[in-house]
Amino acid sequence: MLQGRAELLLTLRQFFFQRSVMEVDVPVMARSSVTDINIESISAKPYGGSGYLQTSPEYFMKRLLCQGAGDIFCLGKAFRDGEQGCRHNPEFSLLEWYRCGWDEHQLMDEIAELISLVFAARSSQPLAIAKCTYGNCFSQTLGIDPHGVDLAELQEKAVAASSESWAGESRANCLDLLFSLLVEPQLPLGLVFVYDYPACQSALAQRHNNTQGQQVSRRFEVFLNGMELANGYFELTDRAEQQQRFDEDIAQRVEAGKPQISADRHLLAALEYGMPSCAGVALGVDRLLMQLEGADSIAQVMPFSWDRC
Amino acid sequence: MANYSTNEFRSGLKLMLDGDPCSILENEFVKPGKGQAFNRVKLRNLKTGRVLEKTFKSGESLEGADVMDMDMQYLYNDGDFWYFMEPESFEQHQATENAVGEALQWLSEQDICVVTLYNGSPLSVVPPNHVELEIVETDPGLRGDTAQGGSKPAKLVTGATVKVPLFLDQGDVVKVDTRTGEYQGRVKDA
Repeated sequence: MLQGRAELLLTLRQFFFQRSVMEVDVPVMARSSVTDINIESISAKPYGGSGYLQTSPEYFMKRLLCQGAGDIFCLGKAFRDGEQGCRHNPEFSLLEWYRCGWDEHQLMDEIAELISLVFAARSSQPLAIAKCTYGNCFSQTLGIDPHGVDLAELQEKAVAASSESWAGESRANCLDLLFSLLVEPQLPLGLVFVYDYPACQSALAQRHNNTQGQQVSRRFEVFLNGMELANGYFELTDRAEQQQRFDEDIAQRVEAGKPQISADRHLLAALEYGMPSCAGVALGVDRLLMQLEGADSIAQVMPFSWDRC
Repeated sequence: MANYSTNEFRSGLKLMLDGDPCSILENEFVKPGKGQAFNRVKLRNLKTGRVLEKTFKSGESLEGADVMDMDMQYLYNDGDFWYFMEPESFEQHQATENAVGEALQWLSEQDICVVTLYNGSPLSVVPPNHVELEIVETDPGLRGDTAQGGSKPAKLVTGATVKVPLFLDQGDVVKVDTRTGEYQGRVKDA
């Protein structure tokens, strides 16, 4: 396993070196953190003050993009509180990269090349690759249009699939539940790209209208043999829109009684200065290694999982 | 009883669900990258034995069930109840036929069983994994046929019927695995 991990890290770095994507080594500790309602940061207290271990290198990398760094990648550690299980460890390895002037579909092609390359070293079987919109994946399994269905019907489906405690949940949470419980197990084996996510799950992706004229987000997720592997965007670059999404997150946090996190003013200032049009993605390196090694638990591919730290 | 949050869920933890005590068999933490976390939990209802699957939001909590497993010695049956004794304190517990369930057909006096207590009374009984019991009824033994396969039903002193090799006779004592109901071997010096 140790050797498999070392080889994978080397392959990833070589892939980007050959493509002139520069590695950046950004901090894992900062004064602010993500406001996302479903991602909890771990507090750090340098000099007794307040700080957080970073849940991804995203904000620092975007500040570098605004400074004109060009195509960049980061291969390092990220931290998320309360996440532990077969596929989760509170500290994990994340590969994140940005391609300036690209859209999300060009980036998906590059991800397919990278994962195929990694698998080619282990197996002579070519990796099956498929691409599908979120709307099609969802309606094929559940028979409803995730973008058009009304909230009450969605909540009914969520309750039927799980328990009464889902009654009254938000649109985004119901969609996530149904997707995880019912759609994910139906995804084909191999590498699957699901794109055009619901507008309510945009996170930091731009939005556009799909072919049916519905507003969707230019966000995609990558699944490898049914396991969520990566999440990417055609990146939001507009400062005002970013500020508004931070504000919405913060309001949701207040309502849910979750720890308050203020918007990262450095990121907002950088966006004010100007961020190049780009696509970016974050990929779970430990999960990729799980698939390569045929492991069913993330602890099996880590030298020391949290239980042993 | 204390409440347990989803992050304390472990297999073996006993919880109250819809008024019945349940034991967690499997607990899987699920979280889409940007989505809300939840736990998919497989539980066994300790009253009915039925296995069910539930999905809880992470952070939800459930009341613990006052359930504990204890080794006890089976004493006797008075026609209505089966009596078990805690070996240390000599405290006796009476179990209903419902609680004794399938263990009934294996129980001999003085066997050490695992008795699950719920709010202090027996909820279920697990007999010893292996028991040695006398055959009280079977077709006559075929002498010499010890190597070949083939089996016949035999009724044991406790009421269970198991398949045994053809050479065994009434009065022989056999060892049986109570988890599978399978014959394990003949006990020589019975």
